[in-house]
Amino acid sequence: MFYREAGDFKTSYRQDSQTFPIRFDRWRFYAVLALAFGVIPFVINDYWANSVFVPFLIYAIAAIGLNILTGYAGQVSLGTGGFMAVGAYACYKLMTSFPEVSILIHVLLAGGVTAAVGVLFGLPSLRIKGFYLAVATLAAQFFLVWLFNKVPWFYNFSASGQITAPDRTVLGYFVTGAQTSATAKYLVCLVFLVLVALIARNLTRGTVGRKWMAIRDMDIAAEIIGVNPLTTKLTAFAVSSFFIGIAGALFFAVYLGAAEVGEAFGIQKSFLILFMVIIGGLGSIFGSFAGAAFLVLLPVLLKNLLVGTLGWPTDLAAHIELMIVGGLIVVFLIAEPHGLAQLWRLAKEKLRLWPFPH
Amino acid sequence: MNAMTEGYVTPDGRQIGPVLMEMKNITLRFGGVVAIKDISFDIREGEIRAIIGPNGAGKSSMLNVISGFYVPSEGEVWFRGQKRGPMKPYEVARLGIARTFQNIALFDGMSVLDNIMTGRLTMMKSGLLSQALWFGSAEREENENRAKVEKIIDFLEIQNIRKTPVGRLPYGLKKRVELARALAAEPKILLLDEPMAGMNVEEKEDMCRFILDVNDEFGTTIALIEHDMGVVMDLSDRVVVMDYGKKIGDGTPDEVRNNPDVINAYLGVAHE
Ligand SMILES: Nc1ncnc2c1ncn2[C@@H]1O[C@H](COP(=O)(O)OP(=O)(O)OP(=O)(O)O)[C@@H](O)[C@H]1O
Ligand SMILES: [Mg+2]
Repeated sequence: MFYREAGDFKTSYRQDSQTFPIRFDRWRFYAVLALAFGVIPFVINDYWANSVFVPFLIYAIAAIGLNILTGYAGQVSLGTGGFMAVGAYACYKLMTSFPEVSILIHVLLAGGVTAAVGVLFGLPSLRIKGFYLAVATLAAQFFLVWLFNKVPWFYNFSASGQITAPDRTVLGYFVTGAQTSATAKYLVCLVFLVLVALIARNLTRGTVGRKWMAIRDMDIAAEIIGVNPLTTKLTAFAVSSFFIGIAGALFFAVYLGAAEVGEAFGIQKSFLILFMVIIGGLGSIFGSFAGAAFLVLLPVLLKNLLVGTLGWPTDLAAHIELMIVGGLIVVFLIAEPHGLAQLWRLAKEKLRLWPFPH
Repeated sequence: MNAMTEGYVTPDGRQIGPVLMEMKNITLRFGGVVAIKDISFDIREGEIRAIIGPNGAGKSSMLNVISGFYVPSEGEVWFRGQKRGPMKPYEVARLGIARTFQNIALFDGMSVLDNIMTGRLTMMKSGLLSQALWFGSAEREENENRAKVEKIIDFLEIQNIRKTPVGRLPYGLKKRVELARALAAEPKILLLDEPMAGMNVEEKEDMCRFILDVNDEFGTTIALIEHDMGVVMDLSDRVVVMDYGKKIGDGTPDEVRNNPDVINAYLGVAHE
């Protein structure tokens, strides 16, 4: 009953294009923010940070990045893992070369480097589409992993071939390295996610978002109404890679602490994030959150339930997880390409009419 | 008096301006198929210019040449007294040429409002940073353009479907939304490829009224392709008739109606 837009009149175009046009949604958004910043940091422990919250926050950033490119601009990419690796290695090189500069700046710069690399690998999208573009980005994925493995300069000639994040602080608190608290890891990632989500939301509701969607829905018509396909596609690659680079930098520096490229940023990562976007909903910022939450929580829940409660072997639980994810991908691709976000929208539409369905 | 540069007043009092666009000896080939053979005609400012002809005559191809979508194999396109060099379609759009398509080309995943807003993309200049922060020029621009788009929404009487995804609309409304998107660009010339095809009588009447109103209120020059002879005779100031890629008639509706070549083409006498 209380989920209503009646009586909630818009008196300006500004109000009408705001992010949460329905008052109830706005309240819920503030409530979530208050919970995320005001409650969770004080109760979080290492287990929750490492197995749920930090990976969720970082994957949500990466999923938003991929969703911009694939969901909004319609350019398929299987290179997400490779672009995350670019962010991670850029962050590593910056951290070790300029130790006096804040890690926060390094993470942003790592995003910038990834954006430039993304534009470079986005150039083929001007000529090729769909399946062929996917193959080209797949090539980028393998090339980048190979590059970071083969050229010792990228891992500072370390004997193990790994990169290890040095200890860095923000406002006196450790955010990288062994002494980092769960709260600090969580808060750093949360701040980046909130920023990324706001920027993504602003971009997609305005001019550039409409250009992306126009190219996605019908590129010929887009061109005839004055959209330059070159700059539009490349902006999508740049913005998308910027976010994915930030995610990669955080994944390495804050979450893992040390990384080996093939293991941390291999093709599995590309697929994982693509699945998040598909399950969550193509072309939806909220969907990116939903997809990331779902695929982070699913293995944790299955492990607790099947292994912890029922006492099944771990590998069986892992296989069941794969089967569930695979099944869901097929279901969503066939039945609901707009994913969890669309199911949520439909539920809200029902609720808006409830209890009078007609 | 030079009719090319001056303009004239029609017997029923419509003010027609000087030549806005001129097609000079246009030929268009697709491999062996010659879609357009050496056609010349002009479009004057403020007029409604119809292009008619049997199926496959090359009408849509001609519209595609005007909108820069096809580059003619031979011949020149002159716009506002200047020869138009080879251009990308989006560059032509920025000259003030907007169009609709024979097979509707809307963005199905976007709402009606967003679709119409895309018509104003060429006028929106705020930078990526301003848009990312939704601050300053980006927000101002969004609201100014939204206000313009709302006028068009009122004008075409589609207020109640503003937020509906275009994919869910019936055919007749889609055609109207496509017209709205083209109008949003505030074009100098509006190109309409069969705007009334597949519509019922009532929808056709609405569309006729909108076309006349656009021409009247905004002074927009219109070039349109239409099969319904009644509509063409009612709406247009001058008519180009095409058949098998050639121009077989050009003049006022009355002149064209009495042109023996045109009568032959439509009755099919001239061809075996
Ligand atoms: N892209 C293309 N490639 C090859 N041939 C084409 C192409 N576009 C048009 N043609 C050919 O050019 C000729 C004219 O086509 P066009 O679409 O311009 O006709 P039209 O007058 O618009 O017909 P209709 O009334 O059916 O829409 C046809 O023979 C068509 O097959
Ligand atoms: Mg045609």
